[in-house]
Amino acid sequence: MSLQVRIHKKLGEFLLDVDFETDEAGPEVLGLLGASGCGKSFTLKCIAGIERPDRGYIALDGVTLFDSEKKIDLPPQKRRVGYLFQSYALFPNMTVEQNILCGLAREKNPEVKKAELGRILSMMQLEGLESRRPCQLSGGQAQRAALARILVNKPRLLMLDEPFSALDSHLREKLQFRVKEILKEFGHTALVVTHSRDEACRLCRRVAVMDKGRLLTVKDTKELFADPESVCAARLTGCKNIAPARRTGEYEVEVPDWGIRLQTAQPVREGVRAVGVRAHHFAAGTERNRAAVECLREMEEPFERIVEFRWKNQPAHTPALWWREAKDRGSPRFPDALGVEPADVLLLYE
Amino acid sequence: MDWYPLLNSLRIAAVSCVIVFFLGILCACCAVRLPRAAKGALDAVLTLPMVLPPTVCGYFLLLIFGVRRPLGMFLTRLGVQFVMTWYGGILAASVAAFPLMYRTARGAFESFDETLAYSAQTLGLSNFFIFWRIRMPACRQGILAGAVLAFARALGEYGATSMLVGYTPGKTATISTTVYQLWRIGDEAGAMRWVLVNLAISAAVLAAVNMLEDRPKRR
Repeated sequence: MSLQVRIHKKLGEFLLDVDFETDEAGPEVLGLLGASGCGKSFTLKCIAGIERPDRGYIALDGVTLFDSEKKIDLPPQKRRVGYLFQSYALFPNMTVEQNILCGLAREKNPEVKKAELGRILSMMQLEGLESRRPCQLSGGQAQRAALARILVNKPRLLMLDEPFSALDSHLREKLQFRVKEILKEFGHTALVVTHSRDEACRLCRRVAVMDKGRLLTVKDTKELFADPESVCAARLTGCKNIAPARRTGEYEVEVPDWGIRLQTAQPVREGVRAVGVRAHHFAAGTERNRAAVECLREMEEPFERIVEFRWKNQPAHTPALWWREAKDRGSPRFPDALGVEPADVLLLYE
Repeated sequence: MDWYPLLNSLRIAAVSCVIVFFLGILCACCAVRLPRAAKGALDAVLTLPMVLPPTVCGYFLLLIFGVRRPLGMFLTRLGVQFVMTWYGGILAASVAAFPLMYRTARGAFESFDETLAYSAQTLGLSNFFIFWRIRMPACRQGILAGAVLAFARALGEYGATSMLVGYTPGKTATISTTVYQLWRIGDEAGAMRWVLVNLAISAAVLAAVNMLEDRPKRR
């Protein structure tokens, strides 16, 4: 019960080199997190058989889908991979019912076909929309119809490509609950491509971080947020303050761009490249790693505020930092000094 | 009034429209898949009849199918002669109308959202099904518009037709060649009658094109 992917593809200047494996013990939801243009969607297309890698190996549940050495390249029709496109790709000339029946084309028994259709329509809450055309559906309805069409086809792998990017933000969160349930009921491996850390965190147990065609790391979602390890992963998980750093002691780094030294909770290994501090980890009341600051300006959000600040000893050409805090904390609006707990100083190596 | 030119024009236009329809779609399909350089070259060759003066097209057709040319001689021996026959008009009209069908169909195929075909493939649908039930319906507007334009062009063909099949009353006469002939011999009333027939047909064709173009707005 797992997916193995090892692919290599050259596209002009761009080099895609991806190697990962999903959990063998049972079905899991794996996130592919990366900035746009890093090769996430292309990886999905290779798995689906729409694009062909230069070389590599792709296997699903023990069935080889692609093997450049053994010259195996199953057509997409035979791979049984469900692919939810960003645009949902519902066939515009067909009704919702006809679209779903396309997913049932393999089933020849009309009785079974009808029963399956009824089952999926009620499961995806599409009753009453059977005779609508895709252009008459709302974003959420279109997503459910596209998922229904894929699920009746009984795929052995589900791949969702930026599933919520076409939706309004209030609808997005509502649908994420449903999709999470569907992924759980699905019972096979699923891949979710996203550039949003929230989506990755909500839907996936493990996350693979991609950057410029390379797969940096595959980690448990919680671990990834607690210790991103690389600059790219830190940025993708939403760390706003990142600066180059130099090791000065077993538990100490120097950050020239910020003009301070920071104590860390983790031992600093050789080769540390940078440190990251999440905006909400600074606090006016923290005594550790405390230094004088100069607050520049503030931005309000409904329940939080963001303050841009510079350290007092910070060199002039370096960018300002972000401090984010809940409004009800009661700390001074523009404090004279800020601190950060050593455990919240992220050590970044790559 | 002798209605032969109308009948002849209509059958020439209808047959060449059918030929050009399938040929145009086939070529458009192939062109879309070609790499850029090859596509440009093929495009230039296939669009040539649209930019060349129709008489020059007729001249080329005579060069190829003339009764003293190798291919023309060979075909004549088989009993097929395109020069001075009514079905020679089909050849002339097809050559003139082809680029219109080809170019509109290609435009339609190029604007097709390829993810529709991809998702159909991952659902296990055959390539045959994808082409006829998904790709063609999605491109229907462009393809039908191309067919109507090709029909109109074939109906109004004059230059290449007069070069290849000339004007023989009751044999190769079409509406457009008849108008010219009647004017030439001074039968203005006769010419006017055919001009009115032509106007009526053109209006119908334009109405059809407008109807096809209006459709997506209403949906």
